[in-house]
Amino acid sequence: MAKSVLIKNGYVIDPANKVNQKANVYAVDGKIAEVGKVEPKADLIIDAAGKLVLPGLIDIHVHFREPGDEEEETIASGSAAAVAGGFTSVVCMPNTDPAIDDATSVEYVHRMGRQTRKTHVYVMGAITKDRAGEQLSEMGFMVQAGAVGFTDDGSGVQNPAMMLKALKYASMFKNAVLAQHCQDNSLAGSGVMNSSYNSTVLGLPGIDPLAEEMMLWRDIQLVRKTNMRYHVQHISTARSVELIRQAKKEGLPITCEAAPHHLLLTDDSCCDYDTNYKVNPPLRTDADIKAIKQAIKDGIIDALASDHAPHLKSEKELEFLAAPFGIASLECALGLYIKALIEPKIIDWPQLVSIMAERPAKIISVDKGTLGKGKQADITIIDPDCEYTVDVNKFRSKSKNCPYDGWKLKGKVEYTIVGGEIRYSAQERASAD
Amino acid sequence: MKNKQIIWKHKHLIGLRELSREEIEHILDTAQGFEEISTRSVKKAPTLRGKVVVNLFFEDSTRTRNSFSLAANRLSADVIEFTQKSSSVSKGETLLDTARNLEAMGIDIVVIRHSAGGAPKFLSRNINASVVNAGDGYCEHPTQGLLDVYTIRKMRGSLEGLKIAIVGDIAHSRVARSDIYAMTKLGAEVILVGPPTLMPAKVEQLPVRISYSLDDIIGELDVINMLRIQFERMGSNPFPSIKEYSHYFGLTVERMKKVKKDILVMHPGPINRGLEMESEVADGPNSVILQQVTNGLAVRMAVLFLVNQGAMTKQ
Repeated sequence: MAKSVLIKNGYVIDPANKVNQKANVYAVDGKIAEVGKVEPKADLIIDAAGKLVLPGLIDIHVHFREPGDEEEETIASGSAAAVAGGFTSVVCMPNTDPAIDDATSVEYVHRMGRQTRKTHVYVMGAITKDRAGEQLSEMGFMVQAGAVGFTDDGSGVQNPAMMLKALKYASMFKNAVLAQHCQDNSLAGSGVMNSSYNSTVLGLPGIDPLAEEMMLWRDIQLVRKTNMRYHVQHISTARSVELIRQAKKEGLPITCEAAPHHLLLTDDSCCDYDTNYKVNPPLRTDADIKAIKQAIKDGIIDALASDHAPHLKSEKELEFLAAPFGIASLECALGLYIKALIEPKIIDWPQLVSIMAERPAKIISVDKGTLGKGKQADITIIDPDCEYTVDVNKFRSKSKNCPYDGWKLKGKVEYTIVGGEIRYSAQERASAD
Repeated sequence: MKNKQIIWKHKHLIGLRELSREEIEHILDTAQGFEEISTRSVKKAPTLRGKVVVNLFFEDSTRTRNSFSLAANRLSADVIEFTQKSSSVSKGETLLDTARNLEAMGIDIVVIRHSAGGAPKFLSRNINASVVNAGDGYCEHPTQGLLDVYTIRKMRGSLEGLKIAIVGDIAHSRVARSDIYAMTKLGAEVILVGPPTLMPAKVEQLPVRISYSLDDIIGELDVINMLRIQFERMGSNPFPSIKEYSHYFGLTVERMKKVKKDILVMHPGPINRGLEMESEVADGPNSVILQQVTNGLAVRMAVLFLVNQGAMTKQ
């Protein structure tokens, strides 16, 4: 490993330090030493002329399926996908089989992540044992093992008393956050797509937006009572946006994330029963997309997160009713955000970097997401204008359940640097492909 | 006949939503031609001789499956019955694998009934044989829709301007959906009647009127189609009791006093007697329920004939 790295001539965007200019980035021993006009000698020099140099991107919502469903994804394959997508840190969800609901499992994920040496692999533990919603998991031991938060993702904690208990209990751990997949099962029923005219003519059971909004509304009341830090995962409806807007105005400790498919796709996509569009929460309407984009513009949305959810081809090659939920998008997520937010000028680059690095880091309380002096040298270098075509067959991910196959996207990842070490480069990739 | 062949280009029959008025009328006209075969002493035509039709039924069905079998037999096709009550997932073999296995036997037409909306469409994308939808979840039941409009057309000459009520569980009804598409395309006005809990999402966006009171509209109707209450498809009870449902939405002898004299009473079967309608009404002079069954045969013969023709012109 090179002791020192100099990234020359790039355009550096580091909103945490209000850097938005051409500058060199110098890292020594895996830490940022200087950002500016410096040009010291270095073991490794990267010429980033014409490129954007960003703090390493962070995706706080991925499913790496390990342990249990290694045929769909492993921590190794998922990590390779992450760095190919420009992500230097990811947070694995605990809805594995068995669920990540104890310290041993948390340690296992960390160990596999370290061994893979690609991206930083963090993990959220389950709020309840087995994600069954009946008994609190050992959150304290998981905090000690390094879990960055808790969620029963895949479903929400249904029982309000249980959720209240979880919020209360977790509030004794300084940096913990409880994240919720807001969905009231009694309202969602057996739904497989948005409840709409489309679901009516397709003859598929729908998931009413209320299923999300009711649980979100409920949780806001619980957060008000406990003042515990709470994070809303993958919001999908306009009214959810409004609920969060109000809660934030009130000063409640609430954050939220949005997924790329909820910025780009509507339930019209389901009309051909293509199961690659089956995702939970489901694809909604243009009005919902508009509201979420507006919330991003207004700073209401704290993080973009892919909800990378790999599935086998054979599982997705089923009737829409029977196929599992999920879209694999980690490797093209950045391009999707650019398409959804930068190209239509909804936000600018510093704002995008803020919700892809700085603010996600704060949600999970890790000292990352900036290029400040002394911080770990996690750096993503991209060519913002270089167009590429999404090709699922070239994914590092084991799964190809991606509706963006064939899409032309901008923002090619050139280098992904983790702790001062190049973990991915487009050049190497080109020769490997 | 020659220019009629140009009208029909489809290799599959997935639903009536995607068909034009002309295409629907073409099926009905074709069915009319086939009706005569059933009146012969030798009830058979050589139209599909050497072709193989598979009845691939993943849900219970008696009349639709038998009707398709008989229709295929009358056209001299070989028929394979493939009935599997459990869904593909629990069985371990996927729908796609099942269909590919059947296809490996050299079949020409798959008639599929499945509990998942979209299963026929999914199949049509993945196999070479023609696919005929015999009911998918609560998406469509196109041959039922066709035999319903066929029956009405036969009795009334045309659907133009008729007022037709579809009563009952609209939300979970594939028959209602196929009926709505066929009836409105042929010029009828459709009124959906039932409790709000049995209406699907955004029902107002369908080209229909909605009424929660059968009594309010029953006097205007030319046709009333009583849907079967499908307890098996409902989650938690969408109405408090059968008694209360029948009180508001059952077709009783009492209610029949308010109807137009020549109203046609229809039901896709099987009837829950005393629930959707009283026996006296089901067996009464306005009932065309058994004609529907008879006409279903001609309609299904026409459909099998046409999709086979569509497949041949595609090649």
